[in-house]
Amino acid sequence: MEHVLEVRNLHKDFHTKKGLLKAVNNISLYISRGETLGIVGESGCGKSTTGRAVLRLVEPTAGEVLFEGKSILELKPAQMRNMRRDMQIIFQDPFASLDPRISISEIIAEPLRVFNLYKKQGGERRVAELMDLVGLSKRLVNTFPHELDGGRRQRVGVARALALDPKFIVCDEPVSALDVSIQAQILNLLQDIQQRLGLTYMFISHDLNVVKHVSNRVAVMYLGKIVETTTSHNIFTNPQHPYTKALLSAIPIPKVGQKRQRILLEGDVPSPVNPPSGCIFSARCPYVMEKCRQQEPPMVEPAPEHTVSCYLVSDEMG
Amino acid sequence: MQKVKQLIQYITSYIAQRRGPSRRPAGRRNNQSFFSVFLSSLKSDRLALIGVVLLVFFIFVGVFADSLAPHGPRDRHYHDEGGIKRLESPTWDHPFGTTDVGRDIFSQVILGTRTALIVGFLAAVLVTFVGTVVGIVSGYFGGMVDTVLMRIVDFFYAIPFIPFVIVLAAIMQPSLWNVILAVSMLSWRTVARIVRSQVLSISKRPYIKAAKVAGAGHLRIMFRYILPNVVPLVLLEMAFMVNWTIMAEASIAFLGFGDPRVTSWGQILHMNSVSGYSRVAWWWNVPPGVAIILLLVSIFFVARSLEAVVDPRLRKR
Repeated sequence: MEHVLEVRNLHKDFHTKKGLLKAVNNISLYISRGETLGIVGESGCGKSTTGRAVLRLVEPTAGEVLFEGKSILELKPAQMRNMRRDMQIIFQDPFASLDPRISISEIIAEPLRVFNLYKKQGGERRVAELMDLVGLSKRLVNTFPHELDGGRRQRVGVARALALDPKFIVCDEPVSALDVSIQAQILNLLQDIQQRLGLTYMFISHDLNVVKHVSNRVAVMYLGKIVETTTSHNIFTNPQHPYTKALLSAIPIPKVGQKRQRILLEGDVPSPVNPPSGCIFSARCPYVMEKCRQQEPPMVEPAPEHTVSCYLVSDEMG
Repeated sequence: MQKVKQLIQYITSYIAQRRGPSRRPAGRRNNQSFFSVFLSSLKSDRLALIGVVLLVFFIFVGVFADSLAPHGPRDRHYHDEGGIKRLESPTWDHPFGTTDVGRDIFSQVILGTRTALIVGFLAAVLVTFVGTVVGIVSGYFGGMVDTVLMRIVDFFYAIPFIPFVIVLAAIMQPSLWNVILAVSMLSWRTVARIVRSQVLSISKRPYIKAAKVAGAGHLRIMFRYILPNVVPLVLLEMAFMVNWTIMAEASIAFLGFGDPRVTSWGQILHMNSVSGYSRVAWWWNVPPGVAIILLLVSIFFVARSLEAVVDPRLRKR
């Protein structure tokens, strides 16, 4: 299958007062056309930074990002601007990502105006089409963001991302700021649009249930690294990395009386400014071995479409 | 050149967009708009209302000064017997009395109103324009650009006002324009700093990132996204700047560095002071003094109420 996006050895460092913070530390991944790659992990593990680095909203420190085979990190500003027509983002907080001083029809039309397409594509008609596509009523054309509820605002955010007919969209926690009742609506909308327009998503979330619902494949991140990548089905039925297992055991089960063995991790997430040596999970891993503290385990592939970075797995494989 | 054209296009399209009443049907306006909040606050804020009424009065006097002033500012007035009307206290003919050379003070005060308003508004517009552009550029780009611009601002903060004006007046011809220039050169720094701090916060908001993803360039982001969000603050600063520039002009003219050909309140006080009659002729220095105070107070009341619009925490509950 053709890879729409390929990321190789991506690094993003931030210089902080405490020292060098490796927000994204040597990440490689790919996303095939028409599929959704979910990225999960707890707060501060570098999910959002990855999403933003891929779009060059933050400049990656090192590594390669290939979009349809073309390296986008070497593009000049003007070329990058053109590239943005194909790569869009939906933001987490629909209350902050819409300019309070612009009406929603103008927000949706803005990308078209930037690329001088507004007149060419029949301006108002195109906006109406987009609003219809995301399920916004026509009477809301002249409203301002503060007059809408969270779900409708996020629909505006989706319409804005779709305005330029992109091929690839980064969904950066698109539903985590919304009420649970509305989350499902937006998720279904995103899936519906994906099928209709043949879009490719990178879906960033801390909510495993949400990721399970929308993703074909899932990458689990911890402290700036991907520890396990596999299909959405595999991750729930056959998790290999101890961190993935711990994460899964934390999902509440919506059934009375059913209990599950919780894997309780000890301590807090170590500071990314000063990550543990060897395996980054070694400080909290219940199965930690001596060599885990010394050397980083290699990325191995115990099954097709399943990669893990853990000695437990690589030792078993020999 | 291309950039300048683009810039002008953005600004006009922005204004057209804000104005265009046809775009928004009645009742669907953004009820958070700056002026509507200000107008509604006038109802409860007595002082602001007084300020607005006074200001309108001053503007009226300033605009129609030529028709309202009964005499020319330099005309000498004589008694029927032929003697000059020196230092006469107020009469019906000369409501504010006359100067030591027989000039009508009432006419001078009325004509001085126009000077004060012209200097105040022109300098304030100039100051806010320069300050806003510097502030937005500095806050938006950050890094080196920010450092360099802010050090320039620091440099201007270090220049004391009156000595600077004296030197400037010595080098250049004393004229109204040079006064405006001198006041502006030392006032944009404040606006630049305040706007910058606001832009620092705005330019980190997600909708600016969203604009960047949409492909918007720096100019478009600065003038379509950031500028509208600092406009209320800029208008408020402008109101304070009008006050400050009027006061500065009066000080400069009082010290005798103003334009001798243009009548202004500061100049009336200057003539009064050098004539040596300042302790005798109260009708000579009280009217321009009271006029300065009233104008400044009226603008201050308006600005104070604008401040409450910009910062909701100051609003009465």
